[in-house]
Amino acid sequence: MNEVVIKTDKLTKRFGDFTAVDNITFDVSQSEIFGFLGANGAGKTTAMRMLCGLSTPTSGDAIIAGFDVYNQTENIKKNIGYMSQKFSLYEDLTVIENIHLFGGIYGLDNYQLKNKTDELIEKLGLQGERNKLVASLPLGWKQKLAFSVAILHQPKIVFLDEPTGGVDPITRRQFWKLIYDAANQGITIFVTTHYMDEAEYCNRVSIMVDGKIEALDTPVKLKQMFSAKSMDDVFLRLARKAQRTSD
Amino acid sequence: MAIISVENISKKYTDIQALDNVSFQVNEGELYGMIGADGAGKTSLFRILTTLMLADKGKAKVNGWDVVKDYKKIRNSIGYMPGRFSLYQDLTVEENLHFFATLFNISVKKNYDLIQDIYIHIEPFKTRLAGKLSGGMKQKLALCCALIHRPSVLFLDEPTTGVDVVSRKEFWEMLCKLKKQGITILVSTPYMDEATLCDRITLIQSGKILSIDTPQGIIKHYPDSMYGLKSSNMNMLIYDMQKAENIKSCFAFGEYLHLSFQNDNEAARDELRNYLTEQGHQNIELKQIMPNIEDCFIKLMEK
Repeated sequence: MNEVVIKTDKLTKRFGDFTAVDNITFDVSQSEIFGFLGANGAGKTTAMRMLCGLSTPTSGDAIIAGFDVYNQTENIKKNIGYMSQKFSLYEDLTVIENIHLFGGIYGLDNYQLKNKTDELIEKLGLQGERNKLVASLPLGWKQKLAFSVAILHQPKIVFLDEPTGGVDPITRRQFWKLIYDAANQGITIFVTTHYMDEAEYCNRVSIMVDGKIEALDTPVKLKQMFSAKSMDDVFLRLARKAQRTSD
Repeated sequence: MAIISVENISKKYTDIQALDNVSFQVNEGELYGMIGADGAGKTSLFRILTTLMLADKGKAKVNGWDVVKDYKKIRNSIGYMPGRFSLYQDLTVEENLHFFATLFNISVKKNYDLIQDIYIHIEPFKTRLAGKLSGGMKQKLALCCALIHRPSVLFLDEPTTGVDVVSRKEFWEMLCKLKKQGITILVSTPYMDEATLCDRITLIQSGKILSIDTPQGIIKHYPDSMYGLKSSNMNMLIYDMQKAENIKSCFAFGEYLHLSFQNDNEAARDELRNYLTEQGHQNIELKQIMPNIEDCFIKLMEK
C-alpha cells in the first residue's frame, strides 16, 4: 500500500453561520489520481484552499504531505504544486521567464533550473516558443506548460482546479497523458473537473454535495452503487439532492 | 427563412486569424449551436452578429438587416448574453431586470410571461446584489435580462462554461422551452455533449468551419467503424495501444478507449485481442460503438 499523502479528519470550515465544508474525512495515497467533484457552490474551492494551507480550518484535522494545516502551512506550500484554469502563468512574461520565476519561487537553484528548463521545453516541443510571451500561446499549450511548471519542483501532490476548461478535445487528452506521466513518477494528482468523461480517468472520485462528501469510490464501484450507466448519471443523482444554491 | 445569414466573414487581430471565410445560415425557430474550444472564433463571430464589431471581409444579416447599415434595428430586435457576466454587480437582481426593460422602453410586467419560468428560480433573491449571486443564478438573471424585451433572436455566448453538470442540464431545458416560443437561438459551447441538444450545429476550430449539419448527420458521416476498448489496467492499455499495429486512431474516452482500425475485419479484431493478452491484459472488452460528436470533432481536427 502506498503512503498516505492527504489525510483529513472531520475537516470543517464555517463562515459565520454558513458551513462551507462540513466534516469531510478522506485519505489520498501517493501516485493516486483523485477526482474531487461537486456542483458549483458545493464547497470544493474552500476545501482545496484548506488543503493547500491557504485557509485555516474551523475544526477538524488535515495532514498534507506530512504537514499540519494549522501550523505548518509553509511546509505544505513547498511540497505541493497548484494550477487552475483561471490563474496559471504570467501572460506578459515569456515561456522561459515563467519557468524561471516559478522554479525560483519553488526553491530550485540555478543549476537545477537550467536542466529542468531545457528538459521541459523539449518535452513540450516548445523550442520555437522559448522567448515568446505566454499571452501569444494557444490555450492548450498554456495549460500544458502551466501543469509542467506546477510540478517542476517534484512536489508530493499537485492540485488542479478545472485544468481543462475550454480546451479542445485533442489537447484535453494530451493534458491527461501528462497527468498519467506525473502519477507514474509518484506525484499525487488532486483534480476537479466539469467533464464527466475525465472523472472516469481518476483512480477514485469523491462527490461533494452541500459541503459534505456524499460518495467516494472508484468510478466502477460508484456506477454499480447507483446502478448508473455513466459518471454523469451518478453525479446528477447526487447533485440534484443539493439544497443550497450559493457559491 | 434564414434569420441569421453569414457570408464569407473574416476577421483578423494583428497576427491571429480569428475567423477565416465563415459562412452559414440559421433558420427561423432553430436552436443552432456553435461548437468549438477556446480560440475557435466563436466570440468574434457573436460580436460581429450583434453589431459590436466590424468584420474585415464578408457580409452578415440578422432578421434580414445588414449588420453594418442596419445596426440600430438589429440591436432592438435581438437579445445577447456575452460570455463574461455583464450585468451591474452593484444593482440588485430586481434592479438589473428593470434597468434592461427600461432600456427598451417597456415594463417588466409586459413580457413577464416569457421569463417567468426562469425568474421564479431567482425571485427569492430579488433584493440581493447581482455580484453576490452564485454562478448558476447569475446565468439565469443574465438570461432574463437578455429576454425581457422579447427579442426574436437570442445570442448566447458560452452560457454554460464553468457551470456544473446539473445547472448545465437545467439551462438547456430552459433553452428548449424558449425555442418552443418561437425564438431563434444561436448558442456557443465548448462542451461537445451539448451539441446533441441543438437542431443543427457548426463545428469550428481556429476560425475555420469544420462541418455544418444536424448532430445526427455529423455522426452518420463518421467514416470509420468505431470500437470501445477496455481492460483491467486502463493505464497500461493506453501505452500498449501506442505500439499496436493496424490502428488508425486511438484515444481515451471516459471508461473506454475509442479506436478505429486501418483494415477493419474479424481477423484484425482477433489480432488485437491476442496482442493485448500477450501484453498481460485481463478482462479485455472490445465492442463496436456509435461515435459521438466529440469523436467526429477529433476526426475533423486531425484532417
